[in-house]
Amino acid sequence: MASASPPLAPTPGTTRALAPPAGSIRPTKQRDSIGSWPLADRVAYLLCWIVGIGLCAMAGAIVLFMLVKGISYLRPSLLIEHPSASQDQATSGGFLDPIEGTLILTAVGMAIAAPLGVGLAVWMSEYQRPAWLARLVESGVEMIAGAPSVLLAMFGLALFARPALAFLSQTSAGGSVFGRSFLTAGAMMSLIALPLVVAATREALLQVPTHVREASYALGKTKATTIRKVLLPSVRPSIANGVTLGVGRIVGDTAIVVILLGATIRLEGAGGAPLLSTLRGTGGTLTSYVLFNSPAGEGNAHEKAYAAAFVLLLMVLGLNVIVMRLNASRAGSGQSIGASSRWRAMTGALPWIR
Amino acid sequence: MLRALAVGVLVVIVGIAITVFSKAWPSFSHNGFAWFGSGGDVDTQFEAMINGPRDPANYVYHFRAWPLIWATILTSGLAVIFGMVISILAAVFVVELAPARIKRAIDPTIRLLAGVPSVVYGLIGILAIAPWVEHNFISQQRKRSVEYVVQLTGANLSVAVLILTVMIVPIMVAIIAGALESVPRSWTEGSAALGVNRWRTTWRVSLRTVRPAIVAAAVLATARALGEAIMLAMVAGSRGFSPNPLDGTTFFFEPVRPLAATIVHYVEDLNVVPVEHTLYAMAAVLLVSCALLSLAGWAAKQPMKRYGVRT
Repeated sequence: MASASPPLAPTPGTTRALAPPAGSIRPTKQRDSIGSWPLADRVAYLLCWIVGIGLCAMAGAIVLFMLVKGISYLRPSLLIEHPSASQDQATSGGFLDPIEGTLILTAVGMAIAAPLGVGLAVWMSEYQRPAWLARLVESGVEMIAGAPSVLLAMFGLALFARPALAFLSQTSAGGSVFGRSFLTAGAMMSLIALPLVVAATREALLQVPTHVREASYALGKTKATTIRKVLLPSVRPSIANGVTLGVGRIVGDTAIVVILLGATIRLEGAGGAPLLSTLRGTGGTLTSYVLFNSPAGEGNAHEKAYAAAFVLLLMVLGLNVIVMRLNASRAGSGQSIGASSRWRAMTGALPWIR
Repeated sequence: MLRALAVGVLVVIVGIAITVFSKAWPSFSHNGFAWFGSGGDVDTQFEAMINGPRDPANYVYHFRAWPLIWATILTSGLAVIFGMVISILAAVFVVELAPARIKRAIDPTIRLLAGVPSVVYGLIGILAIAPWVEHNFISQQRKRSVEYVVQLTGANLSVAVLILTVMIVPIMVAIIAGALESVPRSWTEGSAALGVNRWRTTWRVSLRTVRPAIVAAAVLATARALGEAIMLAMVAGSRGFSPNPLDGTTFFFEPVRPLAATIVHYVEDLNVVPVEHTLYAMAAVLLVSCALLSLAGWAAKQPMKRYGVRT
């Protein structure tokens, strides 16, 4: 017998077959509850969570470990003393020279890479003629990005040992060109940072809408003026982004330093001229200092190695923070930086960080 | 004038190839295809070159690089295999499963992991992880079992593969996550509307769509792993030894030294001419493999253009 609504006070003898017993209805969840999944799916879901949290935990562990070791071994005096070769740890000085070396090498590398990279990116996005050359150059930059730094270092060694390029380094007594100096290492470092600058600048130039360029042409400006006065200033944050990423990569590279910088502990100048002698001379950076003092090198001074590695990590963290600030300000100023383009920007940078 | 820059980049690449191959040729011509073969200990062969006669007619060029090539294949291959599994799971976590708070934290975390210099990884490996492995996994009995061939220390294949995996995971996670976010939402929403649960949607729809990106990520990670010299030189062991799979679990604790690490190890003796040519021969092998991997990576990314996913 159908009734419109169940009776509020059921009379004895009638059934309430249409309404479920009170309290037996569970409110259904909005989301798909994992409890209803097959076992394999649940295991996979759990694995994803474990791996994701594990990745964060690993990064945290690395930073924490270096923090603990670094703080316990880093004294401010280490940052301002020159290193000296000595067996005794107490007298072997600090690592001021390696810090100077890192700064000089980064400056030389970026001084070459930044203009070259921006110019290349401008050509690749604005001119692109002939088309076969543009395709070749694009794959060429990708190949340089994928080349191991050891390979670039060996190339630099062979290239700069030629007598024609002897002005970039010093000539030893036997007449052979030494080929290792800040200038030569900086030249190879610029190759390492180049793809990052090119990618960042090119990505940003491609995002500038065409009507901006057309408006400039409509006002009678030439292509060169448009690029110089309109396009490049508008992509300045991206250029800064690319330069910072390039600096991060240069700071972290070791192979080129070990092979092409002579890997001396102190900055040894060549010749008498004040700035040129340092640039043409040999030296070391923080990375080669860490390698030298680790059990794999000859110094065998673990505390100094930890301290220098801590300073290195702080530098890289600082550069990362700068990149994040630049990205945040870029998103704030309206340039589109959607989720996938953020990953794409990171992808362009990541594979080539050594 | 800007076109001259572009041509200059191509000139540099061609120059790299010409320089490396011309300096590598003597080593290849004296050994032939046997250069890639096995036979003898790599370190002994280098000693023979360094101590050999100094007149050009009598240079010692004999070299068999198989232990180095096998070490490179082992370290890079194992690292990429483990890394691929880990990165697919991590990318799915980052894109689909992570709550918003954790998602905001993961971006800088991955950037940080990718930016740590390889010396720092090597330092942590050799000063923290290697002694731990030696203390816990390499017992006296294990050492005695291979004593007649090689000394087992904490610096071995397992630590090298572990750290190399950590180094290449951020690259792969970034590429796969970028591709996962580009999968059209209508596809995943359609699958969910049909009643498929979240994991199965991701597995059957999203991951299947980004298969080219996964391949590209694996290829790029392999190129990165091949070129890693400094961390492996510090951590992977001091001998150019060829691990023997028939040794059972001891296989994972035997020292190795891949190609790039060997170059860095012997670069101090570069003034000896045969050593120079041999090292350039190894650099030539690296050049060819990285160029091929670059090409393979480009080819792997082509199918993604079909879906309009820009990589």
